[in-house]
Amino acid sequence: MKAAVVVFPGINRERDMARTLALVSGSDPAMVWHADTALPAGTDLVVIPGGFSYGDYLRCGAIAARAPIMEAIRSHAEKGGLVLAVCNGFQIACEAGLLPGVLMRNAQLKFICRDIFLKVERSDTPFTRGYNAGQVIRVPTAHGEGNYTADAETVARLEGEGRVIFRYVAPDGTLDPAANINGSTNAIAGIVNERGNVLGMMPHPENHVEASIGITDGRGLFAGLAEALARAA
Amino acid sequence: MKARVTVTLKTGILDPQGKAIEGALRSLGVAGVASVRQGKVFDIEIEGSDPAKAEALLRQAADKLLANTVIENYRVEVLG
Repeated sequence: MKAAVVVFPGINRERDMARTLALVSGSDPAMVWHADTALPAGTDLVVIPGGFSYGDYLRCGAIAARAPIMEAIRSHAEKGGLVLAVCNGFQIACEAGLLPGVLMRNAQLKFICRDIFLKVERSDTPFTRGYNAGQVIRVPTAHGEGNYTADAETVARLEGEGRVIFRYVAPDGTLDPAANINGSTNAIAGIVNERGNVLGMMPHPENHVEASIGITDGRGLFAGLAEALARAA
Repeated sequence: MKARVTVTLKTGILDPQGKAIEGALRSLGVAGVASVRQGKVFDIEIEGSDPAKAEALLRQAADKLLANTVIENYRVEVLG
């Protein structure tokens, strides 16, 4: 795995992400500054981490989405390269048009910072091959704007094409309005683009990978990615 | 030239902030408020004096950055 973690002003989860990538893949990712115009040669995974780029000014992710490095990420994605966009990264990817829809203010108007449960809808993607379809994982979440919204046609396409990868569920895996913490359409917590090589998700799998934390449900995502990339290499 | 771009949520998009403001107005005893939708106003100074050029520039600014047209509409005004 030759990962690159993109750093924007105001991002604060890049070190958690870098630590997880190093831990799971055995090699340190490159840290890439937003003003750069190229990714390191041979980059096979771009990670847009969480945080509060540009203080969430204008709209979450709006300003970061227009940063110089985004053109390089766009062309990486167009060539089929993998992109993992978490939390603010998901907002940035939507604002940049890498993924459809938008993350709006949580329906309850509260910043939510706690563990939640996700149902993994598919295991046949490079991001979820470390899980079984239907598996429920426990991961932390921390956001004020994670309410996934798109027009009806887009949502129908996402559902019809199996592009909803993670959903907020109750601990037993059932859909429950109370478990849909931010009011997202169809309890959507994570989606992929049409080609399936760009994943955006609100929760933070990178924070549940070490035994010392007590829960390692996030590890499957990174272990699966490392395996997928090793096979492709 | 002075100009203004007003960004509003499209009809049908849930606006929890507007709803909260609506509730607060009611609890303050401001009677007669049927509903509230929150938006944004950008006051912009434009170089030059050609209103048509200014309008084109404002539309470009709104399309590229000020509005997310997935959920928002915008209106541009050249105020002179």
